Amino acid sequence: MVYSYYPGCTLKNKAKDLDRYARLSAQALGITLEEIENWQCCGGVYPMAKDEIATKLSSVRALADAKAHGRDLITLCSACHNVLKQVNNDMLTDEDICTRANNYLKLDEEYHGETKVIHFLEMLRDVIGFDALKEKVTNPLTGKKIGAYYGCLLLRPGKVMQMDDPENPKIMEDFIRAIGAEPVIYPMRNECCGGYVSLEDKEAAAKRRNAVADSAAGFEAELMVTACPLCMYNLKKNDSNVPVYYFTELLAEALGVKEN
Amino acid sequence: MHRIGVFVCHCGTNIAATVDVKAVAEAMKQEPSVVFSVDYQYMCSEGGQTLIQDTIKEHKLTGVVVCSCSPRMHEATFRKAAAKAGINPYMVEIANIREQCSWIHKDIMSATDKAIILARTAIAKVQLNAPLTAGESPVTKRALVIGGGIAGMQTALDIAEAGFEVDIVEKQPTIGGKMTQIDKTFPTLDCASCILTPKMVDCSQNEKIHIYAYSEVVEVNGFVGNFTAKIKKKARYVDTTKCTGCGICTEKCPQKKVPNEFNLGLNNRRAIYIPFAQAVPKVATIDADYCTMLKTGKCGVCSKVCTAGAIDYKQQDEIIEERYGAIVAATGYNPIKIDKYDEFAYSQSKDVVTSLELERLMNAAGPSNGTLIRPSYLDKQDDHRAHPKTIVFVQCVGSRSCDDCGKSYCSKICCMYTAKHAMLIREKYPDTDVYVFYIDVRTPGKLFDEFYRRAVEQYGVHYIKGMVGKVSPRPDGNLDVQASDLISNEQLHINADLVVLATAIEPDQTARSVATMLRASMDTNDFFTEAHAKLRPVESPTAGVFLSGVCQGPKDIPETVSQASAAAAKVIGLLAKDKLTGNPCVAHSDELMCNGCSACEKVCPYGAITYSDKEFRQPDRTVAIRRVAAVNEAVCQGCGACTVACPSGAMDLKGFSNKQIMAEVDAICK
Repeated sequence: MVYSYYPGCTLKNKAKDLDRYARLSAQALGITLEEIENWQCCGGVYPMAKDEIATKLSSVRALADAKAHGRDLITLCSACHNVLKQVNNDMLTDEDICTRANNYLKLDEEYHGETKVIHFLEMLRDVIGFDALKEKVTNPLTGKKIGAYYGCLLLRPGKVMQMDDPENPKIMEDFIRAIGAEPVIYPMRNECCGGYVSLEDKEAAAKRRNAVADSAAGFEAELMVTACPLCMYNLKKNDSNVPVYYFTELLAEALGVKEN
Repeated sequence: MHRIGVFVCHCGTNIAATVDVKAVAEAMKQEPSVVFSVDYQYMCSEGGQTLIQDTIKEHKLTGVVVCSCSPRMHEATFRKAAAKAGINPYMVEIANIREQCSWIHKDIMSATDKAIILARTAIAKVQLNAPLTAGESPVTKRALVIGGGIAGMQTALDIAEAGFEVDIVEKQPTIGGKMTQIDKTFPTLDCASCILTPKMVDCSQNEKIHIYAYSEVVEVNGFVGNFTAKIKKKARYVDTTKCTGCGICTEKCPQKKVPNEFNLGLNNRRAIYIPFAQAVPKVATIDADYCTMLKTGKCGVCSKVCTAGAIDYKQQDEIIEERYGAIVAATGYNPIKIDKYDEFAYSQSKDVVTSLELERLMNAAGPSNGTLIRPSYLDKQDDHRAHPKTIVFVQCVGSRSCDDCGKSYCSKICCMYTAKHAMLIREKYPDTDVYVFYIDVRTPGKLFDEFYRRAVEQYGVHYIKGMVGKVSPRPDGNLDVQASDLISNEQLHINADLVVLATAIEPDQTARSVATMLRASMDTNDFFTEAHAKLRPVESPTAGVFLSGVCQGPKDIPETVSQASAAAAKVIGLLAKDKLTGNPCVAHSDELMCNGCSACEKVCPYGAITYSDKEFRQPDRTVAIRRVAAVNEAVCQGCGACTVACPSGAMDLKGFSNKQIMAEVDAICK
């Protein structure tokens, strides 16, 4: 299976591990990730203003590129995934935004939201299947108690992300089971960690991240996994000293393809 | 030659402000057959009706055209007036120059032109009108009530009181409905069972009432006064004529792990069960989904212990057919499923309950015998943590919702029952902290607001305006309730040990199929629609079908009972008549033109068309037998589907014949 792949800029810098382990794991699973040529930063934040078009254009370019190759588009970073899915939904459902974006871009062929955007986790669940993944695991993480950390962006808005129930999700828990570990369900797993304000209001960011880590530690999670570089940046400084990993790193480890 | 009178109504300024009514009246004087034309301020008033009657007599009118509002509004009024003056009521036609003209136009010139055209159209039609006489049909003096909750029981009791036979069909093994599960009732705090169970007994002892419990209506045919219904009596595997309700079988049955629906799954029952002690009829029922004997053929304990010999594993569903004059829908409600509201952790913690579950937890016949116990401690009630110390009530869970998860409407009863719960808990367990989070407190009703204020002022319930954002189970089993206090603009965290969700209510899942069977209409929320929101609130638009209780919209018990009695009054009014006058505007088949193709029979939604072989004399004096259609005028509703389907033009609708309609079209196009 070949997919267009949109890594996003953080995965080329701070979050290289998220990207690297995903590529290694994909290879082991027989999935080819074709990185889109000349992709641009998605902006990291979905613009809520109805008349804001310019910041959506880079996402539209990526989406149109995937369409031109006739492939689904895989994302990995929670923020990119959120922006791409939301912009794609705009192109599909909002005639005004769609017309104006096409007018700006003057693509060879107009884009109307045809591309299917999927998160790497959705690919594991819907394409590979967690049962099949379990069989491919050579190095199960048996006995590890892992708290999945969804954060705020991965699942919401639920109607657009179409990934899982935003209030009681299970995709990451199923993933954790598939790699042989034991999921820990804790209440703060789908709350915002405060990462967005980690530069302007350090105190608020610290309060939020510690609330998340305390909650996970309270339910005896040994470590947390995330799909979001910003959450990683903020969460790893938590006072409860709960280690945080990208989910792809644990996947690579379980598949026996993690280089030391 | 017709002699037609035209009456143009001003309707105050409703018509006269946009249509030059005098010009319309003047123009009509030039129309063929019109011998009189006049305008008048309010045609529907007594003066207007007298004007019509006097003119009919004075000018020997044979036809009347009233240019006024929609025929839905006053056609019947003017027909009645004309009939009193001695002409056939179906010689009256309405030109709708209000809803279809003055109300939707602004320009007086063009509106007047249009009114003239509409009036001319009505004149063209009335020229071809023929006197019609309505047929009569007898009334079956028996009523069917679908649903045996407090609404259905009250309706049935009132109808029986008036001397008519009435059948209650209830899908559960017992009548009583939701009210049987409620502990106390607001605003008087009397025990629900104490006021409900005597009514259940009244129903079972009343000679005029027949209860079909554990039964469903599966088919309804016919029309007002003459319905036939098929009722499926589901197999209980117990002979109800032999069962004494002693309950020994329900104690000896070895299948102990069946979720007890009466206690909302908070505890278990056996596979053979009597829902609760005061059930009516008090007979046992075998739950075929769990009974080992029915599933594997090996057990038979209940049969062995039953001294009455009532157990019958071979019992089959039974279909009963009965005739009725009127049908009442009283299908009731259910709390909505709240799995989409996972922010309240209902699926994650046993100690998050719905309000109806709380009723069972506080009820003496409930799983904790009336002591309020956290559901997670039901099997360790001696533990000191079993009794909740901090309880949070969340209102509007699924009500007044603007997303797809919940209902857009206010469920109406939750503010009051939450105040009741809070008050009862503070009364019985004064050391408990009780918080209620609300968007608005809505307590209109006699003694209702006083009741709510008592909860706040006398009982010290903490009412906080704001919504709960998240309920999180804590590692120690308690619940962290995160909420906003909108008045002090603060974020709150409450360490609660019980959270109660005031869950929205929705019509019972069977309501839609019942509505389809009855051909009664529903709104987008699956509540039955009434014939008129203000003036006919207990009747469905389908003649002979009446509405009782929450199936029409959210209601508390006093309102439900009022509506139930109102529906009964309407049913009694109908059943008191010996004959019903039908609608004469029904289909009619011209046998000479009919070629017996069955096209009309196939499209008729009411089954009003039948075929028979008939002898016809041919021009050459021989006799030929042909298959022709005939319309049962009592069943025909005059929808006109057959007249469109008929390829030979044999089918026509009285009062709306093809000829009349073409004449109207011609008049418009002239």
